[in-house]
Amino acid sequence: MSGALAVLAVEEPLLEVTGLTKRYGGRIGCTDVAFDLWPGEVLGIVGESGSGKTTLLRCLAGELAPEEGRVDYTGGAGTVDVLAMTEPERRRLMRTEWALVHQNPRDGLRLGVSAGANVGERLMAAGWRHYGRIRETAADWLGRVEIDPTRIDERPTAFSGGMQQRLQIARNLVTGPRLVLMDEPTGGLDVSVQARLLDLIRGLVRDLGLSAIVVTHDLAVVRLLADRLVVMKEGRIVESGLTDQVLDDPQHAYTQLLVSSVLRV
Amino acid sequence: MTVTDYNFAYLDERTKKMIRRAILKGVAIPGYQVPFASREMPMPYGWGTGGVQVTAACLEPTDTLKVIDQGADDTTNAVSIRKFFERTAGVAVTTSTEEATIIQTRHRIPEADLSEGQILVYQVPIPEPLRFLEPREPETRRMHALEEYGLMQVKLYEDISRHGHIATTYAYPVMVEDRYVMDPSPIPKFDNPKLSDCAAIQLFGAGREQRIYAIPPYTTVVSLDFEDHPFERGGTGHCCALCGARDSYLDEVITDDAGSRLFVCSDTAFCEARRAAGHVGPGAPAGFGEDAA
Repeated sequence: MSGALAVLAVEEPLLEVTGLTKRYGGRIGCTDVAFDLWPGEVLGIVGESGSGKTTLLRCLAGELAPEEGRVDYTGGAGTVDVLAMTEPERRRLMRTEWALVHQNPRDGLRLGVSAGANVGERLMAAGWRHYGRIRETAADWLGRVEIDPTRIDERPTAFSGGMQQRLQIARNLVTGPRLVLMDEPTGGLDVSVQARLLDLIRGLVRDLGLSAIVVTHDLAVVRLLADRLVVMKEGRIVESGLTDQVLDDPQHAYTQLLVSSVLRV
Repeated sequence: MTVTDYNFAYLDERTKKMIRRAILKGVAIPGYQVPFASREMPMPYGWGTGGVQVTAACLEPTDTLKVIDQGADDTTNAVSIRKFFERTAGVAVTTSTEEATIIQTRHRIPEADLSEGQILVYQVPIPEPLRFLEPREPETRRMHALEEYGLMQVKLYEDISRHGHIATTYAYPVMVEDRYVMDPSPIPKFDNPKLSDCAAIQLFGAGREQRIYAIPPYTTVVSLDFEDHPFERGGTGHCCALCGARDSYLDEVITDDAGSRLFVCSDTAFCEARRAAGHVGPGAPAGFGEDAA
Protein backbone atom coordinates (compact mmCIF):
# COMPACT_ATOMS: atom_id res chain seq x y z
CA MET A 1 0.00 0.00 0.00
CA SER A 2 2.73 2.42 1.00
CA GLY A 3 4.60 1.39 -2.15
CA ALA A 4 1.64 2.35 -4.28
CA LEU A 5 1.37 5.70 -2.51
CA ALA A 6 5.06 6.35 -3.10
CA VAL A 7 4.61 5.68 -6.78
CA LEU A 8 1.66 8.05 -6.93
CA ALA A 9 3.64 10.76 -5.14
CA VAL A 10 6.31 10.73 -7.84
CA GLU A 11 5.67 13.47 -10.33
CA GLU A 12 9.04 14.22 -11.79
CA PRO A 13 11.57 11.94 -13.40
CA LEU A 14 14.82 11.53 -11.48
CA LEU A 15 16.87 12.02 -14.60
CA GLU A 16 15.81 13.70 -17.81
CA VAL A 17 18.27 13.38 -20.68
CA THR A 18 17.61 15.48 -23.78
CA GLY A 19 19.52 15.83 -27.04
CA LEU A 20 22.79 14.43 -25.69
CA THR A 21 25.49 14.42 -28.37
CA LYS A 22 29.14 13.49 -28.10
CA ARG A 23 31.43 13.44 -31.13
CA TYR A 24 34.95 12.13 -31.40
CA GLY A 25 36.27 14.47 -34.06
CA GLY A 26 34.22 13.74 -37.15
CA ARG A 27 32.85 10.50 -35.77
CA ILE A 28 29.78 10.14 -33.64
CA GLY A 29 30.03 8.76 -30.10
CA CYS A 30 26.35 9.15 -29.40
CA THR A 31 23.90 11.60 -30.88
CA ASP A 32 20.57 13.11 -29.92
CA VAL A 33 20.05 10.68 -27.06
CA ALA A 34 16.97 11.37 -24.96
CA PHE A 35 15.30 9.35 -22.21
CA ASP A 36 13.76 9.74 -18.77
CA LEU A 37 14.57 7.74 -15.70
CA TRP A 38 11.98 7.60 -12.92
CA PRO A 39 12.71 7.07 -9.23
CA GLY A 40 13.05 3.39 -8.36
CA GLU A 41 13.40 2.38 -11.99
CA VAL A 42 16.16 0.35 -13.61
CA LEU A 43 16.93 1.29 -17.18
CA GLY A 44 18.94 -1.03 -19.38
CA ILE A 45 21.00 0.30 -22.25
CA VAL A 46 21.84 -2.42 -24.76
CA GLY A 47 23.57 -2.54 -28.09
CA GLU A 48 26.58 -4.08 -29.73
CA SER A 49 30.16 -2.96 -29.15
CA GLY A 50 30.76 0.53 -30.54
CA SER A 51 27.09 1.50 -30.41
CA GLY A 52 27.79 4.35 -27.98
CA LYS A 53 26.58 2.74 -24.74
CA THR A 54 29.70 3.42 -22.72
CA THR A 55 30.15 6.87 -24.26
CA LEU A 56 26.65 7.70 -23.08
CA LEU A 57 27.33 6.42 -19.57
CA ARG A 58 30.61 8.29 -19.34
CA CYS A 59 28.87 11.48 -20.45
CA LEU A 60 26.32 11.01 -17.69
CA ALA A 61 29.05 10.32 -15.13
CA GLY A 62 30.90 13.48 -16.13
CA GLU A 63 33.98 11.66 -17.40
CA LEU A 64 33.35 12.94 -20.92
CA ALA A 65 32.03 16.36 -21.88
CA PRO A 66 29.25 16.13 -24.48
CA GLU A 67 28.92 18.85 -27.12
CA GLU A 68 25.18 19.25 -26.83
CA GLY A 69 22.28 18.30 -24.63
CA ARG A 70 21.04 18.48 -21.08
CA VAL A 71 21.01 16.04 -18.20
CA ASP A 72 18.51 17.31 -15.66
CA TYR A 73 18.74 15.57 -12.30
CA THR A 74 16.14 16.04 -9.60
CA GLY A 75 17.81 15.30 -6.28
CA GLY A 76 18.28 16.70 -2.82
CA ALA A 77 19.08 20.16 -4.18
CA GLY A 78 16.16 20.44 -6.63
CA THR A 79 16.47 20.05 -10.37
CA VAL A 80 19.91 20.78 -11.81
CA ASP A 81 21.57 20.36 -15.19
CA VAL A 82 24.41 18.00 -14.35
CA LEU A 83 26.39 19.06 -17.41
CA ALA A 84 26.35 22.71 -16.32
CA MET A 85 27.63 21.91 -12.81
CA THR A 86 31.03 23.12 -11.66
CA GLU A 87 33.60 20.40 -11.05
CA PRO A 88 33.40 20.54 -7.23
CA GLU A 89 29.60 20.25 -7.38
CA ARG A 90 29.77 17.36 -9.83
CA ARG A 91 32.36 15.49 -7.79
CA ARG A 92 30.32 16.00 -4.65
CA LEU A 93 27.27 14.61 -6.46
CA MET A 94 29.28 11.61 -7.66
CA ARG A 95 30.32 10.68 -4.12
CA THR A 96 26.98 11.31 -2.42
CA GLU A 97 23.83 10.88 -4.50
CA TRP A 98 25.32 9.09 -7.52
CA ALA A 99 27.54 6.08 -7.81
CA LEU A 100 29.47 4.55 -10.70
CA VAL A 101 30.23 0.84 -10.86
CA HIS A 102 33.01 0.14 -13.33
CA GLN A 103 33.16 -2.86 -15.60
CA ASN A 104 36.59 -3.76 -14.25
CA PRO A 105 36.57 -3.71 -10.43
CA ARG A 106 40.23 -2.70 -10.53
CA ASP A 107 39.18 0.67 -11.95
CA GLY A 108 36.73 1.26 -9.15
CA LEU A 109 38.67 -0.06 -6.16
CA ARG A 110 41.84 0.96 -4.37
CA LEU A 111 43.88 -2.20 -4.52
CA GLY A 112 46.51 -0.97 -2.08
CA VAL A 113 44.20 -0.69 0.92
CA SER A 114 41.97 -3.18 2.74
CA ALA A 115 38.38 -4.04 1.86
CA GLY A 116 37.15 -2.13 4.91
CA ALA A 117 39.01 1.00 3.86
CA ASN A 118 37.62 0.66 0.34
CA VAL A 119 34.08 0.67 1.66
CA GLY A 120 34.88 3.31 4.28
CA GLU A 121 36.49 5.76 1.87
CA ARG A 122 33.18 7.17 0.66
CA LEU A 123 32.03 7.58 4.26
CA MET A 124 35.24 9.38 5.21
CA ALA A 125 34.93 11.55 2.10
CA ALA A 126 31.43 12.40 3.30
CA GLY A 127 32.93 13.60 6.59
CA TRP A 128 32.71 10.55 8.87
CA ARG A 129 35.47 10.71 11.49
CA HIS A 130 34.53 7.94 13.92
CA TYR A 131 36.63 4.83 13.30
CA GLY A 132 34.32 2.44 15.15
CA ARG A 133 31.22 3.51 13.26
CA ILE A 134 33.00 3.49 9.89
CA ARG A 135 34.24 -0.04 10.51
CA GLU A 136 30.86 -1.24 11.71
CA THR A 137 29.16 0.15 8.62
CA ALA A 138 31.83 -1.34 6.36
CA ALA A 139 31.43 -4.79 7.96
CA ASP A 140 27.66 -4.54 7.63
CA TRP A 141 27.98 -3.74 3.93
CA LEU A 142 30.42 -6.56 3.31
CA GLY A 143 27.81 -8.89 4.77
CA ARG A 144 25.10 -7.42 2.55
CA VAL A 145 27.13 -8.15 -0.58
CA GLU A 146 27.87 -11.67 0.70
CA ILE A 147 31.53 -11.14 1.58
CA ASP A 148 32.58 -12.71 4.87
CA PRO A 149 33.02 -9.71 7.24
CA THR A 150 36.03 -11.42 8.83
CA ARG A 151 37.87 -10.64 5.59
CA ILE A 152 37.46 -6.89 6.19
CA ASP A 153 41.20 -6.33 6.62
CA GLU A 154 42.25 -8.20 3.49
CA ARG A 155 43.18 -6.35 0.35
CA PRO A 156 40.97 -6.65 -2.73
CA THR A 157 43.85 -8.36 -4.53
CA ALA A 158 43.22 -11.38 -2.27
CA PHE A 159 39.62 -11.58 -3.55
CA SER A 160 38.23 -13.40 -6.56
CA GLY A 161 36.85 -11.45 -9.53
CA GLY A 162 33.26 -11.88 -8.38
CA MET A 163 34.11 -10.78 -4.84
CA GLN A 164 35.96 -7.74 -6.15
CA GLN A 165 32.89 -6.76 -8.14
CA ARG A 166 30.67 -7.20 -5.07
CA LEU A 167 33.14 -5.16 -3.01
CA GLN A 168 32.95 -2.41 -5.61
CA ILE A 169 29.18 -2.43 -5.33
CA ALA A 170 29.36 -2.20 -1.52
CA ARG A 171 31.82 0.68 -1.78
CA ASN A 172 29.43 2.53 -4.06
CA LEU A 173 26.21 1.89 -2.18
CA VAL A 174 27.47 2.56 1.34
CA THR A 175 26.51 6.25 1.29
CA GLY A 176 23.00 5.46 0.10
CA PRO A 177 23.04 6.97 -3.38
CA ARG A 178 19.83 7.55 -5.35
CA LEU A 179 21.23 6.74 -8.77
CA VAL A 180 23.72 4.04 -9.68
CA LEU A 181 25.40 3.91 -13.07
CA MET A 182 26.69 0.44 -13.95
CA ASP A 183 28.95 -0.35 -16.87
CA GLU A 184 28.79 -4.06 -17.75
CA PRO A 185 28.58 -5.09 -14.09
CA THR A 186 28.82 -8.79 -14.93
CA GLY A 187 31.46 -8.53 -17.63
CA GLY A 188 34.32 -11.00 -17.30
CA LEU A 189 32.61 -13.19 -14.70
CA ASP A 190 31.66 -16.79 -15.25
CA VAL A 191 27.97 -17.64 -15.50
CA SER A 192 27.34 -18.98 -12.00
CA VAL A 193 29.06 -15.98 -10.42
CA GLN A 194 27.12 -13.74 -12.82
CA ALA A 195 23.85 -15.25 -11.68
CA ARG A 196 24.63 -14.68 -8.01
CA LEU A 197 25.77 -11.12 -8.67
CA LEU A 198 22.62 -10.34 -10.65
CA ASP A 199 20.52 -11.77 -7.87
CA LEU A 200 22.35 -9.59 -5.39
CA ILE A 201 22.06 -6.42 -7.47
CA ARG A 202 18.37 -7.06 -8.05
CA GLY A 203 17.79 -7.51 -4.32
CA LEU A 204 19.72 -4.36 -3.41
CA VAL A 205 17.98 -2.25 -6.03
CA ARG A 206 14.57 -3.40 -4.80
CA ASP A 207 15.40 -3.08 -1.09
CA LEU A 208 17.00 0.33 -1.30
CA GLY A 209 14.62 1.75 -3.89
CA LEU A 210 17.56 2.70 -6.09
CA SER A 211 17.35 3.95 -9.60
CA ALA A 212 19.94 2.49 -11.89
CA ILE A 213 21.21 2.71 -15.44
CA VAL A 214 22.78 -0.56 -16.52
CA VAL A 215 24.86 -0.62 -19.67
CA THR A 216 25.43 -4.08 -21.08
CA HIS A 217 25.59 -6.10 -24.25
CA ASP A 218 24.13 -9.09 -22.44
CA LEU A 219 20.39 -9.30 -22.98
CA ALA A 220 19.98 -11.87 -20.20
CA VAL A 221 21.28 -9.29 -17.73
CA VAL A 222 18.71 -6.68 -18.68
CA ARG A 223 15.94 -9.28 -18.78
CA LEU A 224 16.63 -9.93 -15.10
CA LEU A 225 17.44 -6.41 -13.93
CA ALA A 226 15.83 -3.77 -16.07
CA ASP A 227 12.30 -2.40 -16.03
CA ARG A 228 12.77 -0.57 -19.29
CA LEU A 229 15.17 -0.93 -22.18
CA VAL A 230 16.87 1.42 -24.56
CA VAL A 231 18.46 -0.13 -27.65
CA MET A 232 21.33 1.77 -29.22
CA LYS A 233 22.89 1.45 -32.63
CA GLU A 234 25.57 3.67 -34.14
CA GLY A 235 25.19 6.25 -31.41
CA ARG A 236 21.40 6.57 -31.65
CA ILE A 237 18.50 5.14 -29.72
CA VAL A 238 16.61 2.95 -32.18
CA GLU A 239 14.04 1.46 -29.86
CA SER A 240 12.87 1.82 -26.29
CA GLY A 241 10.14 0.37 -24.14
CA LEU A 242 9.36 -2.07 -21.34
CA THR A 243 11.96 -4.82 -21.15
CA ASP A 244 9.63 -7.73 -21.86
CA GLN A 245 7.94 -5.86 -24.64
CA VAL A 246 11.21 -5.01 -26.40
CA LEU A 247 12.73 -8.45 -25.96
CA ASP A 248 9.61 -10.48 -26.81
CA ASP A 249 8.26 -8.31 -29.57
CA PRO A 250 11.12 -6.31 -31.04
CA GLN A 251 9.97 -3.77 -33.63
CA HIS A 252 13.20 -2.40 -35.07
CA ALA A 253 15.16 -4.60 -37.44
CA TYR A 254 18.33 -4.17 -35.40
CA THR A 255 16.60 -5.18 -32.15
CA GLN A 256 15.19 -8.23 -33.90
CA LEU A 257 18.70 -9.14 -35.01
CA LEU A 258 20.04 -8.58 -31.50
CA VAL A 259 17.36 -10.72 -29.87
CA SER A 260 17.70 -13.52 -32.40
CA SER A 261 21.49 -13.54 -31.98
CA VAL A 262 21.32 -14.71 -28.37
CA LEU A 263 22.70 -18.22 -28.05
CA ARG A 264 20.44 -20.74 -26.43
CA VAL A 265 21.69 -23.73 -24.56
CA MET B 1 87.12 32.11 4.80
CA THR B 2 84.43 33.41 2.45
CA VAL B 3 84.61 32.19 -1.12
CA THR B 4 84.45 35.28 -3.32
CA ASP B 5 83.78 33.53 -6.62
CA TYR B 6 80.18 32.96 -5.60
CA ASN B 7 77.36 35.41 -5.11
CA PHE B 8 76.33 35.89 -1.47
CA ALA B 9 74.80 32.61 -0.23
CA TYR B 10 75.76 30.71 -3.41
CA LEU B 11 72.61 31.33 -5.51
CA ASP B 12 72.46 34.23 -7.95
CA GLU B 13 70.11 37.09 -7.16
CA ARG B 14 67.55 36.24 -9.87
CA THR B 15 67.20 32.73 -8.53
CA LYS B 16 66.78 34.02 -5.00
CA LYS B 17 64.11 36.41 -6.23
CA MET B 18 62.26 33.52 -7.86
CA ILE B 19 62.46 31.48 -4.65
CA ARG B 20 61.33 34.45 -2.55
CA ARG B 21 58.29 34.82 -4.78
CA ALA B 22 57.40 31.19 -4.14
CA ILE B 23 57.94 31.70 -0.40
CA LEU B 24 55.70 34.76 -0.35
CA LYS B 25 52.99 32.86 -2.15
CA GLY B 26 53.38 29.98 0.27
CA VAL B 27 53.05 32.31 3.25
CA ALA B 28 49.96 33.88 1.69
CA ILE B 29 48.31 30.45 1.25
CA PRO B 30 49.31 28.45 4.34
CA GLY B 31 49.91 24.77 3.59
CA TYR B 32 49.62 25.13 -0.20
CA GLN B 33 52.49 23.60 -2.18
CA VAL B 34 53.96 26.25 -4.46
CA PRO B 35 55.97 24.95 -7.43
CA PHE B 36 59.36 26.57 -7.95
CA ALA B 37 62.25 26.08 -10.35
CA SER B 38 64.56 24.16 -8.04
CA ARG B 39 68.26 24.46 -8.91
CA GLU B 40 71.01 21.91 -8.90
CA MET B 41 72.89 22.38 -5.66
CA PRO B 42 76.43 21.19 -4.90
CA MET B 43 75.07 18.33 -2.81
CA PRO B 44 73.01 15.24 -3.58
CA TYR B 45 69.22 15.16 -3.51
CA GLY B 46 68.08 13.95 -0.12
CA TRP B 47 70.70 16.03 1.67
CA GLY B 48 68.47 19.05 1.95
CA THR B 49 68.71 20.79 -1.41
CA GLY B 50 65.23 22.29 -0.94
CA GLY B 51 65.98 23.57 2.53
CA VAL B 52 69.33 24.98 1.42
CA GLN B 53 67.70 26.94 -1.41
CA VAL B 54 65.06 28.38 0.93
CA THR B 55 67.74 29.29 3.47
CA ALA B 56 69.88 30.90 0.75
CA ALA B 57 66.94 32.99 -0.40
CA CYS B 58 66.19 34.16 3.16
CA LEU B 59 69.75 34.82 4.38
CA GLU B 60 71.02 38.33 4.97
CA PRO B 61 74.62 39.18 5.96
CA THR B 62 73.45 40.08 9.47
CA ASP B 63 71.70 36.73 10.06
CA THR B 64 72.86 34.10 12.52
CA LEU B 65 72.41 30.59 11.18
CA LYS B 66 71.83 27.34 13.04
CA VAL B 67 71.62 23.99 11.25
CA ILE B 68 70.34 20.83 12.89
CA ASP B 69 69.95 17.27 11.69
CA GLN B 70 67.67 15.04 13.79
CA GLY B 71 68.00 17.66 16.51
CA ALA B 72 71.80 17.55 16.61
CA ASP B 73 74.17 20.33 15.58
CA ASP B 74 77.14 18.02 15.14
CA THR B 75 76.07 15.37 12.62
CA THR B 76 77.35 15.20 9.04
CA ASN B 77 74.39 16.84 7.33
CA ALA B 78 74.23 19.72 9.81
CA VAL B 79 77.97 20.31 9.83
CA SER B 80 78.32 20.34 6.06
CA ILE B 81 75.36 22.65 5.42
CA ARG B 82 76.54 25.02 8.16
CA LYS B 83 80.03 25.03 6.64
CA PHE B 84 78.54 25.61 3.19
CA PHE B 85 76.88 28.85 4.31
CA GLU B 86 79.88 29.92 6.35
CA ARG B 87 81.95 29.70 3.17
CA THR B 88 79.46 31.07 0.65
CA ALA B 89 77.69 33.71 2.77
CA GLY B 90 80.10 34.40 5.62
CA VAL B 91 77.23 34.65 8.09
CA ALA B 92 77.61 34.05 11.80
CA VAL B 93 76.69 30.55 12.93
CA THR B 94 75.52 29.28 16.28
CA THR B 95 74.25 26.14 17.95
CA SER B 96 71.96 28.10 20.27
CA THR B 97 68.30 28.07 19.23
CA GLU B 98 67.63 31.40 20.95
CA GLU B 99 70.49 33.26 19.22
CA ALA B 100 69.74 32.02 15.70
CA THR B 101 67.66 34.08 13.29
CA ILE B 102 67.41 31.31 10.70
CA ILE B 103 67.35 27.65 11.67
CA GLN B 104 67.54 25.01 8.97
CA THR B 105 66.33 21.67 10.24
CA ARG B 106 66.05 18.09 9.17
CA HIS B 107 63.45 15.94 10.97
CA ARG B 108 63.08 17.97 14.20
CA ILE B 109 61.70 21.15 15.70
CA PRO B 110 64.01 22.55 18.43
CA GLU B 111 62.84 22.04 22.01
CA ALA B 112 63.28 25.71 22.96
CA ASP B 113 60.32 27.94 22.09
CA LEU B 114 60.83 29.87 18.88
CA SER B 115 60.27 33.60 18.87
CA GLU B 116 58.95 36.21 16.46
CA GLY B 117 61.48 37.15 13.80
CA GLN B 118 62.97 33.68 13.61
CA ILE B 119 62.66 31.54 10.47
CA LEU B 120 62.56 27.75 10.69
CA VAL B 121 63.45 26.06 7.37
CA TYR B 122 62.54 22.38 6.94
CA GLN B 123 64.16 19.97 4.50
CA VAL B 124 61.36 18.01 2.84
CA PRO B 125 61.82 14.77 0.88
CA ILE B 126 58.19 14.27 -0.25
CA PRO B 127 55.88 17.27 0.05
CA GLU B 128 52.71 15.52 -1.12
CA PRO B 129 50.87 13.87 1.80
CA LEU B 130 48.60 11.98 -0.61
CA ARG B 131 51.46 10.61 -2.72
CA PHE B 132 51.36 6.98 -1.66
CA LEU B 133 47.57 6.85 -1.69
CA GLU B 134 46.97 8.51 -5.05
CA PRO B 135 49.90 8.22 -7.45
CA ARG B 136 48.50 10.65 -10.06
CA GLU B 137 49.88 14.12 -9.38
CA PRO B 138 47.15 16.01 -11.33
CA GLU B 139 44.58 14.11 -9.28
CA THR B 140 46.18 14.98 -5.93
CA ARG B 141 46.32 18.63 -6.96
CA ARG B 142 42.62 18.49 -7.79
CA MET B 143 41.93 16.87 -4.42
CA HIS B 144 43.76 19.68 -2.64
CA ALA B 145 41.92 22.27 -4.71
CA LEU B 146 38.53 20.75 -3.87
CA GLU B 147 39.39 19.86 -0.27
CA GLU B 148 38.70 16.17 -0.87
CA TYR B 149 40.63 14.70 2.01
CA GLY B 150 38.70 11.50 2.67
CA LEU B 151 41.65 9.58 1.27
CA MET B 152 44.03 10.94 3.91
CA GLN B 153 41.69 9.50 6.51
CA VAL B 154 41.84 6.15 4.68
CA LYS B 155 45.54 5.95 5.52
CA LEU B 156 44.84 6.47 9.22
CA TYR B 157 41.98 3.93 9.01
CA GLU B 158 44.41 1.38 7.59
CA ASP B 159 46.83 2.08 10.44
CA ILE B 160 44.19 1.37 13.07
CA SER B 161 42.80 -1.70 11.33
CA ARG B 162 46.28 -3.18 11.05
CA HIS B 163 47.93 -2.08 14.29
CA GLY B 164 45.06 -1.16 16.60
CA HIS B 165 46.20 2.44 16.80
CA ILE B 166 47.40 5.16 14.43
CA ALA B 167 50.88 3.79 13.78
CA THR B 168 52.14 6.77 11.78
CA THR B 169 54.87 8.21 13.98
CA TYR B 170 56.59 10.67 11.67
CA ALA B 171 55.45 12.81 8.72
CA TYR B 172 52.09 12.75 10.47
CA PRO B 173 49.57 14.61 8.26
CA VAL B 174 48.18 17.91 9.51
CA MET B 175 45.38 20.28 8.51
CA VAL B 176 46.62 23.85 8.16
CA GLU B 177 44.24 26.70 9.01
CA ASP B 178 41.27 24.41 8.30
CA ARG B 179 42.05 24.29 4.59
CA TYR B 180 45.09 22.38 3.29
CA VAL B 181 46.29 18.96 4.38
CA MET B 182 50.07 19.14 4.65
CA ASP B 183 52.98 16.80 5.20
CA PRO B 184 55.06 18.40 7.96
CA SER B 185 58.24 16.70 6.61
CA PRO B 186 59.50 13.67 8.53
CA ILE B 187 59.45 15.27 11.97
CA PRO B 188 58.31 12.92 14.76
CA LYS B 189 54.61 13.32 15.59
CA PHE B 190 55.91 14.37 19.03
CA ASP B 191 56.76 17.71 17.38
CA ASN B 192 53.40 18.16 15.65
CA PRO B 193 51.81 20.26 18.44
CA LYS B 194 54.70 22.72 18.09
CA LEU B 195 53.71 23.45 14.47
CA SER B 196 50.55 25.16 15.64
CA ASP B 197 50.45 28.74 16.85
CA CYS B 198 54.22 29.06 16.48
CA ALA B 199 55.73 32.55 16.71
CA ALA B 200 58.34 31.88 14.02
CA ILE B 201 57.79 31.59 10.27
CA GLN B 202 58.02 27.96 9.16
CA LEU B 203 59.17 27.36 5.58
CA PHE B 204 59.34 23.97 3.86
CA GLY B 205 61.57 23.31 0.85
CA ALA B 206 61.53 20.17 -1.30
CA GLY B 207 64.36 20.38 -3.84
CA ARG B 208 63.87 17.26 -5.92
CA GLU B 209 60.07 17.69 -5.93
CA GLN B 210 60.38 21.43 -6.62
CA ARG B 211 57.86 22.55 -4.05
CA ILE B 212 57.87 25.21 -1.32
CA TYR B 213 55.19 25.62 1.32
CA ALA B 214 54.86 27.59 4.51
CA ILE B 215 53.15 28.07 7.83
CA PRO B 216 53.06 31.76 8.77
CA PRO B 217 53.34 32.71 12.48
CA TYR B 218 50.39 31.94 14.75
CA THR B 219 48.67 29.62 12.29
CA THR B 220 46.39 26.85 13.50
CA VAL B 221 47.76 23.43 12.60
CA VAL B 222 45.76 20.36 13.61
CA SER B 223 46.96 16.75 13.41
CA LEU B 224 44.39 14.54 11.67
CA ASP B 225 42.73 11.80 13.69
CA PHE B 226 39.48 9.97 14.42
CA GLU B 227 36.98 10.92 17.12
CA ASP B 228 37.49 7.56 18.85
CA HIS B 229 41.24 7.44 18.13
CA PRO B 230 42.45 10.98 18.91
CA PHE B 231 45.94 12.20 18.06
CA GLU B 232 48.50 11.29 20.70
CA ARG B 233 51.85 12.98 20.96
CA GLY B 234 53.59 9.85 22.21
CA GLY B 235 56.93 9.65 23.95
CA THR B 236 59.32 7.11 25.41
CA GLY B 237 58.34 7.49 29.05
CA HIS B 238 62.02 7.86 29.93
CA CYS B 239 64.11 10.86 30.90
CA CYS B 240 67.35 12.09 29.36
CA ALA B 241 70.34 10.24 30.85
CA LEU B 242 72.49 13.36 30.63
CA CYS B 243 70.26 16.28 31.61
CA GLY B 244 67.28 14.53 33.17
CA ALA B 245 64.71 16.27 30.93
CA ARG B 246 61.37 14.49 30.82
CA ASP B 247 59.54 16.68 28.31
CA SER B 248 62.00 16.50 25.41
CA TYR B 249 62.19 14.13 22.44
CA LEU B 250 64.68 11.37 23.23
CA ASP B 251 67.00 9.29 21.07
CA GLU B 252 67.59 5.69 22.07
CA VAL B 253 71.31 4.91 22.06
CA ILE B 254 72.68 1.37 22.13
CA THR B 255 75.77 1.48 24.33
CA ASP B 256 77.20 -2.03 24.03
CA ASP B 257 76.48 -5.38 22.43
CA ALA B 258 74.85 -6.78 25.58
CA GLY B 259 71.56 -4.93 25.16
CA SER B 260 72.42 -1.88 27.28
CA ARG B 261 70.82 1.30 26.09
CA LEU B 262 70.08 4.76 27.28
CA PHE B 263 67.95 7.70 26.24
CA VAL B 264 69.36 11.14 25.53
CA CYS B 265 67.84 14.37 24.22
CA SER B 266 67.80 14.48 20.43
CA ASP B 267 68.15 18.29 20.63
CA THR B 268 71.84 18.59 21.59
CA ALA B 269 71.79 22.37 22.11
CA PHE B 270 68.84 22.02 24.51
CA CYS B 271 70.57 19.23 26.43
CA GLU B 272 73.86 21.13 26.74
CA ALA B 273 72.12 24.29 27.95
CA ARG B 274 70.32 22.29 30.64
CA ARG B 275 73.51 20.62 31.78
CA ALA B 276 75.27 23.99 31.87
CA ALA B 277 72.44 25.21 34.11
CA GLY B 278 73.18 22.39 36.53
CA HIS B 279 70.59 19.77 35.57
CA VAL B 280 71.89 16.25 35.97
CA GLY B 281 70.40 13.07 34.58
CA PRO B 282 70.38 9.59 36.08
CA GLY B 283 73.78 9.09 34.53
CA ALA B 284 75.51 7.64 31.54
CA PRO B 285 78.53 5.35 31.28
CA ALA B 286 81.83 7.10 32.01
CA GLY B 287 83.00 9.15 29.06
CA PHE B 288 79.66 9.11 27.20
CA GLY B 289 78.73 12.46 25.69
CA GLU B 290 81.85 14.20 26.97
CA ASP B 291 83.09 15.21 23.55
CA ALA B 292 79.71 16.86 22.90
CA ALA B 293 79.67 18.71 26.23
